[in-house]
Amino acid sequence: MYLPGGSKREILVRDEEETDPAYGKPPYKRSIDELLEAGFINLDKPPGPTSHQVVAWIKEMLNVTRAGHAGTLEPLYWGGDIPKLQVYYL
Amino acid sequence: MRMHGDFKGEELRRIVKEFTGPIYQRPPLRSAVKRMVRVRRVYYIEILEIQDRDVLMRIGVEAGTYIRKLCHDIGEVMGCGAHMAELRRTRAGPFKEDESLTDMYRLLDAFTIWREKGDEKYIRELLLPVETGVAHLPKIIIKDGAVDAICHGAMLSVKGILRVETGIKKGDTVAIMTQKGELVAMGKALMRSEEMVSSRQGLAVAHMKVIMKPGTYPRMWKGRSV
Repeated sequence: MYLPGGSKREILVRDEEETDPAYGKPPYKRSIDELLEAGFINLDKPPGPTSHQVVAWIKEMLNVTRAGHAGTLEPLYWGGDIPKLQVYYL
Repeated sequence: MRMHGDFKGEELRRIVKEFTGPIYQRPPLRSAVKRMVRVRRVYYIEILEIQDRDVLMRIGVEAGTYIRKLCHDIGEVMGCGAHMAELRRTRAGPFKEDESLTDMYRLLDAFTIWREKGDEKYIRELLLPVETGVAHLPKIIIKDGAVDAICHGAMLSVKGILRVETGIKKGDTVAIMTQKGELVAMGKALMRSEEMVSSRQGLAVAHMKVIMKPGTYPRMWKGRSV
């Protein structure tokens, strides 16, 4: 069965280097403020409001200036109150 | 999916196999995209449960596939007709229903606990770093000296490369990372993985979508590519 991104990858080495600890840092060492500058929230969107509304709420709640969402192209017009997994990015 | 007539589960399972692989679809009237026939891949359709005329399925599809249309078409082929009664997205690329999945209430609580009590444990679980978005992309790890140039839009030449994941073909979208695991940019590969490692020179990645802020790493370059 074909699945995208399914196969395991190996690493080919072209060159070696030591990274300088003076700049940059691994993602897990970022502060909360730094994570709020750019990142994702994996949100189970509430069924009623539009994605647009939810983005507005998140901007207000977390006090961030820019946020967006990556979700379905199909609106909720089929009439169900269906919660959706959506991804919100800061 | 709700079927509009009685049917045999065996026949449904057989028909559903026909719908895996590439299929034709035209977006419905109410859609954000141009309404032309296009090919979309259905990776799998798994029938989980059948109860009277209701069918519970798990479906894996290429982005932009209309499940509603898929259910309709399955109904047509089955003869009795069908429609999509309920839909829940359980995965989008690297994002799934796992511990990172949250809702507005939990998000607000976690955020408030951090703001008011200084305990960041809860909010940290919910704020996923940008790198999470490229978990499914093949990676190229570059030298520190090449990072800032990429942040300014330079293309990546093989000379800036330290390590490459296998399986990259020309035209593939790749993620360019620092040795510390930070995402620098996404781009399109101009070479295969093996070529990136064995070539003495040449451009490996172009069409950058830069994520990292310039200045995060010091400027150590001049010219159009590193």
